Amino acid sequence: MLLSSLEVVPGRRVTKHLGLVQGSTVRAKHVGKDLFASLKNIIGGELKAYTELLQESRVEAVERMVKQAEAAGANAVLNIRFATSSITQGAAEILAYGTAVTLE
Amino acid sequence: MDLIVFAILFVVGYFAGRWTERRHYASIREREEQLAGVLVFTNRFPPASTTRVETGLVSGSVVISEDFFKGVVAGLYSLVGGRIRSYESLLDRARREAVLRMKSEAQKLGSGMVINVKFQTFAIGGRNPGTIKGVEMLAYGTALSPARR
Repeated sequence: MLLSSLEVVPGRRVTKHLGLVQGSTVRAKHVGKDLFASLKNIIGGELKAYTELLQESRVEAVERMVKQAEAAGANAVLNIRFATSSITQGAAEILAYGTAVTLE
Repeated sequence: MDLIVFAILFVVGYFAGRWTERRHYASIREREEQLAGVLVFTNRFPPASTTRVETGLVSGSVVISEDFFKGVVAGLYSLVGGRIRSYESLLDRARREAVLRMKSEAQKLGSGMVINVKFQTFAIGGRNPGTIKGVEMLAYGTALSPARR
């Protein structure tokens, strides 16, 4: 499965357009991680636990999107975009979406 | 008593925050020099001279926490309006860090160029009081590397 944020893949032609595919996940954080984070909130710096949490969620969102694309019979997802929104306090939704296509 | 705690946090936040920021900027500048070979563009299409390339999705993200001092200063500015410099530097650090992480991911793929780069900012904690305050910055794009075949 070829993943790209481009609309066209250089040197390859799109033979079939299979429509929108998406994957999303809603994640909440661990209370324990918050204790350390509140200390960081005083002195500043990177919140590594949060970086990892959001990164993992994004990987999962992409995986779900790829599953959808596979089910549609695609071999590539083009024009991939990401979106994040906060649902309630302490939870975030991560969305990945793109266009499933078959490349020659 | 509350006022004393506040004053301590304010002073600690100021010095610790300044130290963290200075160290982060030093590390950013150092890595920016190391990764100067990876070019980053917002172009939607590869350069016309491109022949056969492999493409790969690359991304870099970071969550940076504000410090107590920045938070208080921003709170005051939001009453009177104007430029909040303490947050400008926070976002600048986050964006440059995200780009650097994206670049190093591209370099691992043997790529010297990332095109169609997009940014996304997400405020953690939002405006709710008493929550962790930070900002997530995501940079993503398509890395072009020479065809292996």
